[in-house]
Amino acid sequence: MAGLAEGTDGLCSVPALLQRNVEKFGDRPAYREKEFGIWQSWTWKETSDEIEALALGLLNLGVNPGDHVAIIGRNRPYLYWSMLASQMVGAVPVPLYQDAVAEEMEYVLSHCGARFVIAADQEQVDKVIDIQEHLHQFEHMLYVDPRGMRKYDHRRLHQFSHVQDQGRAAYDEYIEELKSRRAALTYDSTCVMLYTSGTTGKPKGVVLSNRNIVETAKASSEFDSLSEKEEILAYLPMAWVGDFIFSLGQAYWSGFCVNCPESAETMMTDLREIAPSYYFAPPAVFEGQLTQIMIRMEDAGTFKRKMFHYFMDHARKVGPDLLEGKPVGLFDRLKYALGEFTTYGPLKNALGFSKVRIGYTAGEAIGPELFDFYRSLGINLKQLYGQTEATVFITQQPDGEVRSDTVGVPSPGVEVKIAESGEVYYRSPGVFVEYYNNAESTAGTKDAEGWVATGDAGFFEKDTGHLRIIDRIKDVGKMSDGAMFAPKYVENKLKFYPDILEVVVFGAGKDRCTAFVNIDLTAVGNWAERNNIAYASYQELAGHPQVLDTIQSHIEETNISIAQDDMLAGCQIHRFLVLHKELDADDGELTRTKKVRRKIIGEKFGDLVEALYGGKDEIYTETEVTYEDGRKGKISATLQIRDTKVQPIATKIAAE
Amino acid sequence: MTETEGYVTADGRQIGGVLMELKDITLKFGGVTAISDISFDIHEGEIRAIIGPNGAGKSSMLNIISGFYTPTIGELWYKGKKRPQMKPFEVARMGVARTFQNIALFEGMTVLDNVMTGRLTHMKAGIGAQALWWGKARDEEVANREKVEEVIDFLEIQNIRKTPVGRLPYGLKKRVELARALAAEPSILLLDEPMAGMNVEEKEDMSRFILDVNDEFGTTICLIEHDMGVVMDLSDRVVVMDYGKKIGDGPPDEVRNNQDVIDAYLGVPH
Repeated sequence: MAGLAEGTDGLCSVPALLQRNVEKFGDRPAYREKEFGIWQSWTWKETSDEIEALALGLLNLGVNPGDHVAIIGRNRPYLYWSMLASQMVGAVPVPLYQDAVAEEMEYVLSHCGARFVIAADQEQVDKVIDIQEHLHQFEHMLYVDPRGMRKYDHRRLHQFSHVQDQGRAAYDEYIEELKSRRAALTYDSTCVMLYTSGTTGKPKGVVLSNRNIVETAKASSEFDSLSEKEEILAYLPMAWVGDFIFSLGQAYWSGFCVNCPESAETMMTDLREIAPSYYFAPPAVFEGQLTQIMIRMEDAGTFKRKMFHYFMDHARKVGPDLLEGKPVGLFDRLKYALGEFTTYGPLKNALGFSKVRIGYTAGEAIGPELFDFYRSLGINLKQLYGQTEATVFITQQPDGEVRSDTVGVPSPGVEVKIAESGEVYYRSPGVFVEYYNNAESTAGTKDAEGWVATGDAGFFEKDTGHLRIIDRIKDVGKMSDGAMFAPKYVENKLKFYPDILEVVVFGAGKDRCTAFVNIDLTAVGNWAERNNIAYASYQELAGHPQVLDTIQSHIEETNISIAQDDMLAGCQIHRFLVLHKELDADDGELTRTKKVRRKIIGEKFGDLVEALYGGKDEIYTETEVTYEDGRKGKISATLQIRDTKVQPIATKIAAE
Repeated sequence: MTETEGYVTADGRQIGGVLMELKDITLKFGGVTAISDISFDIHEGEIRAIIGPNGAGKSSMLNIISGFYTPTIGELWYKGKKRPQMKPFEVARMGVARTFQNIALFEGMTVLDNVMTGRLTHMKAGIGAQALWWGKARDEEVANREKVEEVIDFLEIQNIRKTPVGRLPYGLKKRVELARALAAEPSILLLDEPMAGMNVEEKEDMSRFILDVNDEFGTTICLIEHDMGVVMDLSDRVVVMDYGKKIGDGPPDEVRNNQDVIDAYLGVPH
């Protein structure tokens, strides 16, 4: 693969793909965004003009090759154009998580030494202004939405459209420079720099080259035979590698249209209006949708509810087989067709999944119930396993080999091996160049031969060749009696209950496992309403005895299922409590991608962990919380601790 | 008053000349005098607050401005002309829009339709054309919808565009009311207790929207409010009323230190 100096047909950068798309798909839509209640659209030709104007404007502002341009905001065409324009002038786009607080941004902005920032609106501009005195290299900021910006000091602040106007005005002066900079882009020049979410410690800047992006986009587009006719909805954070590959890499490779929602709140409505053919979502989104459906079905009339359950039962039975083209009896087929007409069709329409050809989920394990629900409706939902460092793809599931408990086979061009420690390693054209300004970490992750450690423990299933991921390797520990401790395995099982939003299991080095539970306010709140249980806050509902009873029964059921597994039977949960607050990224308990930061939680709630291993059945605690605007407050609560029934490990054979 | 030039606020904003002037207003209901002999003016582009304890006559004052009540004695000058006795809808057509203390929306209609009603004063097509949605009525509706969408975008209520108002929480209903008033593109916007019954977060949102409306559209705003913190932060000038009389008038800091006002309303500090 090293011999491949040029990309296919000389397409060795994303701006080169843009040029090709203008020639090939000129009048097809490239971007759509809902604004003022109407879908506005831009063809590839128009897109290219907009990007060029911005690139010229950036030259006018003095952007040099190799400069970092930070891009902050929700998914909007303007910000995707900003990435392209930055690349065109030889600079490196660095998308940031828009919901990050100012201090988090400060770290990233000063680490990459961004000279320019392109922000979506006043909110983001304010954050950068707050920290700008600590940013020595920061010079100019552009903003897209002029609302509320009129009174700001505009010496270093520019409206996006004005920069474009200036670029158009200075066309003659800068076009030659732009052309030469665009021509100077090679397969190995940096395409983008993405910061990891920082599950452990400070975020690291992952440098991805044009080779990484173009090769990956090409391989994955071919894997699922994506064409220019796909429609996708871009709603996942722009700073996340997945969005970069789906909404930019694959979109430019295949030439399909990227649709941007009107606002984060209207996402579901917009999804329904666009009805994407290619859709990506983390399990949490699918889970949220399923919870919504179930709640609404509970509120529906008897006839509708019965019909729904009747046909859903049938779909669960034959739906997945139909999807995979396995033989199904004629009567079952007819019944499924009737179900499609009365139930599945309207349901898919309401969810915005009428036209989904391929759906992917990744990031977290997905519950079998959840997975089967969507597949039984005829939605081709698949799993993939990936990382920022791999430009997403490590393994993915081919059509016809889809299961909820594996993550599939190695993606095209990817080699995967399992080390003796159980850790998964991979090597591919998508393997990142380096961590920016962090040679030590780079060396620690990527060896001389290009193998990258994932940090996950897993194994290949003997008969199918599919990869199964157990847990983060550093989280897999030993209990005091030497039994294997895999917290995520247990947590995922519990999270499949709609009532439970988040679980943190403790037990490394201890004699038994215990857990913190977060209830799902939507699901439990709806249950409370139905049962006339009044509550004023999350905290009050979380402490309700009946809620605790329900959670306890979930845990006891899970214990039974865990006890079936020889290796992990020791991970049954002996005691638990329901936390008085929701775990929150603003308090540092979750990463921005909503992954649990185990260690921080263990330290922060040290008193509670201690109580779980003590003998008391309730504990008083005080916790500091951070509000959305950055202010801090305290909440206090007395929490109940409950013991749960555990299966004796020896009985598991008898139970079979 | 002959002075028509504007003034500069504490934070350096230039305020225009007098937009509306109320001269020696007295309002009586039979034997009860709700307002007695009050005069004040509202400059173009300012945020003018009317405060006072319960029953001071604030809402009556707002009702006079909006044309719902006619003053027993006194004159109202608007844009340099004396305003004759008018029906409220005629006043609305002259560019005065308002929100209500008790929400007055159409509960069964969607947010969008409610906000569209705010454009009523701008629609001229006949009832027949509107019923058939044909010709001029159609063009007019499209043009007006565009304006409404701008307001919806401005107040960040896109996600509830198609939701019936009856299903919305209180804080959002208040925002929809503001949207309807704004859709009329008023020169002067009257807000009757925009923050009443809201929690801290909703109040912050609403304050931000009021300031943004004033800043972006240059709309003159006259508001009644009980939350002192909000009033003092938002407004450029404050009229203080007590038992139907004016007891103070001026910038927030001046009013705050006025002994009559302190005694009547804010309480004596310890």
